[in-house]
Amino acid sequence: MRKQIEGSRAVAEAIALSRPQVICAYPITPQTHIVEGLGEMVKAGELTNCEFINVESEFAALSVAIGASAAGARAYTATSSQGLLFMAEAVYNAAGLGLPIVMTIGNRAIGAPINIWNDHSDSMSMRDAGWIQLFAETNQEALDLHIQAFRLAEELSLPVMVCMDGFILTHAYERVDVPSQEQVDAYLPPYEPRQVLDTGNPVSIGAMVGPEAFMEVRYLAHHKQLRALQLIPQLSALYKQQFGRDSGGLIRSYRTEGAETIVVSLGSVNGTVQEVIDDMRDAGTAIGSVGICSFRPFPLAALRDVLQHAKRVVVLEKCFAVGLGGIVSDGVRNSLSGIQLKGYTVVAGLGGRSITKASLRQLFEDAGADELEQMTFLDLNADVVSHELERETHTRRTGPTAEAILRRLGTVGSQVG
Amino acid sequence: MELQTVKFYQTGTFTVGNRLLAEDERSVQANTERTNSLNSGHRACQGCGEALGARYAIDAAMRATNNQIIAVNATGCLEVFSTPYPETSWQIPWIHSLFGNAAAVASGVVAAMRVTGKTDIRVIAQGGDGGTTDIGFGCLSGMFERNDDVLYLCYDNEAYMNTGVQRSSATPPAARTATTPAIGPDPGNVAGTGKNVPLIAMAHNIPYVATASVANLRDLEFKVTKAMGIHGARYIHIHVPCPLGWGSAPADTIRIARLAVESGLFPLFEAEHGEVTGRTPIRQRVPVDEYLKLQKRFAHLFGKEPDTARIAQVQATADRNIARFGLLGD
Repeated sequence: MRKQIEGSRAVAEAIALSRPQVICAYPITPQTHIVEGLGEMVKAGELTNCEFINVESEFAALSVAIGASAAGARAYTATSSQGLLFMAEAVYNAAGLGLPIVMTIGNRAIGAPINIWNDHSDSMSMRDAGWIQLFAETNQEALDLHIQAFRLAEELSLPVMVCMDGFILTHAYERVDVPSQEQVDAYLPPYEPRQVLDTGNPVSIGAMVGPEAFMEVRYLAHHKQLRALQLIPQLSALYKQQFGRDSGGLIRSYRTEGAETIVVSLGSVNGTVQEVIDDMRDAGTAIGSVGICSFRPFPLAALRDVLQHAKRVVVLEKCFAVGLGGIVSDGVRNSLSGIQLKGYTVVAGLGGRSITKASLRQLFEDAGADELEQMTFLDLNADVVSHELERETHTRRTGPTAEAILRRLGTVGSQVG
Repeated sequence: MELQTVKFYQTGTFTVGNRLLAEDERSVQANTERTNSLNSGHRACQGCGEALGARYAIDAAMRATNNQIIAVNATGCLEVFSTPYPETSWQIPWIHSLFGNAAAVASGVVAAMRVTGKTDIRVIAQGGDGGTTDIGFGCLSGMFERNDDVLYLCYDNEAYMNTGVQRSSATPPAARTATTPAIGPDPGNVAGTGKNVPLIAMAHNIPYVATASVANLRDLEFKVTKAMGIHGARYIHIHVPCPLGWGSAPADTIRIARLAVESGLFPLFEAEHGEVTGRTPIRQRVPVDEYLKLQKRFAHLFGKEPDTARIAQVQATADRNIARFGLLGD
């Protein structure tokens, strides 16, 4: 059924249709509307056979999900930003224990300075935790990916994060097609755990493993991700067959035929990128794009296939490894090992900074003329940065940098006091 | 025949031998059919109070629930000595997740049991004092406040023993640990304000809170059995001496635990819905010195010149407990 609803509501409805048995909720912007929606459905009796538990922290939220999943229940939670960091230890633990928990990340920047707006720093901080990470491009895809995520998680016995851009998707009202319960039931069978806490057949779960076996255990975690490289496209194809919609998969190429420049990005910004590409194609520029849906496992071969005939790759990422450079570009470079091709890393949209069509167009034109630095920060205010650096050279007690920058910018608040 | 004096108690204790009791009054451990939930062969140290306490507690819980128990274990000695794969001493479904989340994982297991209709299966979370009173405290309080149907067992040996005897919030004043060495003008642990987790548990108004000691195993079995007859969040704080960390003789574990009780330093009581409903009176009151002197962690209090001021502080704590809980009886 088509509905004009908020992205968070769309995800809540997808979760409800997936028949979750335990949902753990802890508020953090911008994922909160999702668990609010689910809480309402449980309270109203619309979502039955489901325990909705309000916990005292994100660490507890994922820990409750770990207990529930290990005891044989389909478990779900959602978080963002600091919340994901606060549960970090449990994030690794859930993957290590092989528990098929599904968790939504409403992607948001990480402080300090505290910032509630969108970028991908939070999910990226957990990229090596052993979870599958799927990035949604639209609210429809966010909805679809959650249904696929439970199936994927349970087939592999591995937790899955569905990442969606905070505010841009979570708070956007768009028309989405919400499938019927019958459709979802036909796609997603009941949860059959590989290991379970069962008084009839007692096992010890989560005990210590020494050097004699740890390597093999870790290799098998990697192997599961490699299997996911096969399974993700299969489940996406099956989804299309049953729901009539393209959603998920490893990557999505857009107008890459004969493209000299290919832009790689994750999440909702891909929509803006595609619009700019349409404009530039109309103007005769050979440019295309690739959206990465599955960041973990990282689709090395699929990317290589689509990128290898281009002349240059521009990786547009809403995150970066401080002191190194791009995070996504690292993987992209890996996929192109042995192939000589110009690569540009562009860090954009940090902390919710708008990524405009005009800026992207300029950026892609500069890249096309090979006039880009290898790593650039889109729309960085160079004046304010150099002023701050200058100030630091002659003042020891500079005070909070962020405040100084806002005063320099002359924002309304800085005019007071 | 002349009148004979029959000794009902073992020498130096007030423990009645099982053979003098009717069968249904005998302890869980006296039964050859007991479950041995924590089986032999584990790697606990000689004289480990925690291993003893855990076996008695879980076996009692097993008997009370017709063996329908799932246990969640915090990281710590109990987790490590009982399990390195491929071995396990646990005869029950058992999960270890992290150091600080046992109470929350247990809440998740309970939720799963409820939602799958297996409400006859009961859930226990257990950890040491570090995993309970320090790093796991947030999750513990959350589980209490939601009144989740979990019995949480804290085996309190008063420091982080698994990592090599470092101070926890349950370490008593003056005690020497690896992070509170017995040097300087105030050797050993600082005399802070303390952190009484049983009382904090009571402040949540949960249905049942109790303290127990390996010196009084019948009492421990009784309290665990009682707790399993109640639904909602329950907490039992068990005093378990650690020969390694306390610098005591392995053979003295029970003796030291008893001196802690008899001196008033570890009061035994029960509380329901936030009110104290029972206490175990002290039978033979002893000064705290007798407890302290058996442990090398307090040796610096008894040097050439005994640290009478700090010993008096410890005695004052014991006296306060005795007054507060009415431990001398009526």
